Amino acid sequence: MRTATALTAGALALAGLTACSSTTSDGGDTSARTAGKPGKITVAASDTECKVSTASLPAGTSTFQVTNGGSKVTEFYVYAAGDRVMGEVENIVPGLTREVIVELPAGAYETACKPGMIGKGIRNPLKVSGTAVALSDDAQLAQAAKDYGRYVKSQTDTLLVKTQEFVDAVKAGDADKAKALYPVARTYWERIEPVAESFGDLDPAIDAREDAIEPGAEWTGFHRIEKDLWVTKDISKDGPIADKLMEDVKKIVDRANSEPLSPLKLATGAKGLLDEVATVKITGEEDRYSHTDLWDFAANLEGSKGAIAALRPVLTERDPALVKSLDEKFAAAVDTLGKHRSGDGWKLHTELSKADLKELSDSINALAEPISKVAAVIAK
Amino acid sequence: MKQINRRTLFGLGAAGVAAAGTGVLASRSLLEGAPPAAAASTSDPVAFYGEHQAGIVTPAQDRLHFVSFDVVTKKRDELVDLLQEWTAAAARMTQGKDAGTFGAVGGVPEAPPDDTGEALGLPASGLTITIGFGPSLFDDRFGLAAKKPAALADLPKFPGDALLPEISGGDICVQACAHDPQVAVHAIRNLARIGFGKVSVRWSQLGFGRTSSTSRAQATPRNLMGFKDGTNNLKLEDAAMLGQQLWVAPGDGPAWMTGGSYMVTRKIRMNIETWDRAPLSEQQQIFGRDKGEGAPLGRSREFDPIDFNAKGADGEPAIAMDAHVRLAHPSTHGGAHLLRRGYNYVDGSDGLGRLDAGLFFIAYQRDPRKQFVPIQMELARKDLLNEYIKHVSSALFACPPGLRDAGDYWGRALFA
Repeated sequence: MRTATALTAGALALAGLTACSSTTSDGGDTSARTAGKPGKITVAASDTECKVSTASLPAGTSTFQVTNGGSKVTEFYVYAAGDRVMGEVENIVPGLTREVIVELPAGAYETACKPGMIGKGIRNPLKVSGTAVALSDDAQLAQAAKDYGRYVKSQTDTLLVKTQEFVDAVKAGDADKAKALYPVARTYWERIEPVAESFGDLDPAIDAREDAIEPGAEWTGFHRIEKDLWVTKDISKDGPIADKLMEDVKKIVDRANSEPLSPLKLATGAKGLLDEVATVKITGEEDRYSHTDLWDFAANLEGSKGAIAALRPVLTERDPALVKSLDEKFAAAVDTLGKHRSGDGWKLHTELSKADLKELSDSINALAEPISKVAAVIAK
Repeated sequence: MKQINRRTLFGLGAAGVAAAGTGVLASRSLLEGAPPAAAASTSDPVAFYGEHQAGIVTPAQDRLHFVSFDVVTKKRDELVDLLQEWTAAAARMTQGKDAGTFGAVGGVPEAPPDDTGEALGLPASGLTITIGFGPSLFDDRFGLAAKKPAALADLPKFPGDALLPEISGGDICVQACAHDPQVAVHAIRNLARIGFGKVSVRWSQLGFGRTSSTSRAQATPRNLMGFKDGTNNLKLEDAAMLGQQLWVAPGDGPAWMTGGSYMVTRKIRMNIETWDRAPLSEQQQIFGRDKGEGAPLGRSREFDPIDFNAKGADGEPAIAMDAHVRLAHPSTHGGAHLLRRGYNYVDGSDGLGRLDAGLFFIAYQRDPRKQFVPIQMELARKDLLNEYIKHVSSALFACPPGLRDAGDYWGRALFA
């Protein structure tokens, strides 16, 4: 549980930062830029440090080898301007070494380790040299879709891991552990929900709330188990439901990763995530038994930011004022949400006052307004 | 005892009777001279008596006040007395008169007035008052179980329903429609007052703007999503269709409902803020019509016939498979139509900075089991619009036929 909360929060905290550099996102064809390719770049992560073996690289493909020498689960990111994720590896448990291959065109970047997955992470600059090739409009858009595809891949990878842990806990009858893992697994789901929702038949099987079920039909998925954990307090018969959840998540992950993503879809997805927040998270309808709505809220916000970040180079070129407004409003929403952290996670929806919820609602409406303008800029 | 007609008291609103001056008799004789089923102007009265209740095919007035009552008396006679009292008050108010015979200012000073007074000086304003009986009235309290029509079966649960019991259902409903909101509110307020001790208001709803036209003489109004609503509605002029689709026919069920109609109400909250951020193209895809003209996508005029087989330039259906207009269309449901008579509502805000607004849907039909239920089931399952709406209240009522004359009263045949 700790890991995901922190990741959500951490990435959110970063979301408002605006670096000023490149609009030169390349990363398409790398064959011309592989000359002088370095060996693996090592990253020594601890609870307090993030030592990257070099601060400058030639443009092209690089492999980062991250070793967690600390005591907390960590994550490693390479960010372009505006926290556009160029590469990431999550869920690195203490003692483990994991690798991530990142394709970096020339420009200024930041590396970040997130021990305990809390906060904005420990950051270092990373300069990538070479010839910055300005992309054509179409290539920029194609790159945006590709970048977001990578984001979806990284989220779904972890979704599979965390859902499995949740399912295992349910089947083992360990209600406390399952309760702790419930909002964590959902975090990875909620970040990419618009992609998942495009598969009409699987989404309800995984994420339907009870009121959406037709009389006579079987209710399955996260919320069914949520009710059994928090209300019925009996998960002894949920083994088959848990297994089905895992199967359905696997299916949707396969489909999500083979789904062609259009830039316009990223824009509507970013808006769709905020609509989700505005309609069912603010009101506490989503997680009505566990009241862990703020975890989903944070994940939706993060996912929205992820989609917008992928579009950032195009947006920066076409409508810099909009990018500025998005940055401000994302930062404000993140700050407002940040008031309701509780330990490594979030307060329960029921712990927030009406005034707290109003303030959150206002911040989402303020952000959703510029986000709703993105699609038209992309379609230009 | 002086009888005061509120239209003549201040001499307002009734240009047509201005010549009558203070002549109460002159005014009354005009009013009792069987006014037309459809008022000629928005201030005129609508006939109260007739084969069918007014307020169904009556060209939809602009404002609504709707109320649902629970019957609290356990005495059948008291309920019948109340229905008689209500009928008399409704007959008066629809003709622009005070609720009671003394009126707002005509009684003894020591007594509370038998009319609340806020409609003094206002014309009849096309007021119609329509009554309906809910399924719960037919339990064992009043010996009506054997008279319950099969068509008054409780509505099924529809996927996505988020119904609040405290604003759903009810034993008796009254729909008051008028061109002046004060007149509609006045009607409900006075009926509720007459009913104290015998009925209790369960819930009520104001509607500030009609969203349907029920006559070809009316332009199609817009709902709060900005789209024309009810283009394909059943209309007053469709006499044959009304016989097939709207009015209960002999043999359909118990005789007391012959000539009546079944009313379904649904309060549909709209997620106004997220809707307003949706791209125009998405909004139009969802409805299956263009926003300006209201034409089916792929056509150019509002009333152009819909071609559900038409394909767009991309080879996809011009009207999406899950578009609202396709799912609700009679051709999807074996020709089942509804007479819709809904109203836009805004109940202030919800405390989260959002409008508490939407559509108070009202539909009349011959048999909900063959009309509203299958249509709504299809919509609840698939409608693209569901992303932006939520059904929060639901009710079903049997609206008996119209009243013959002043000797008749609401529920006479039912309680016979």
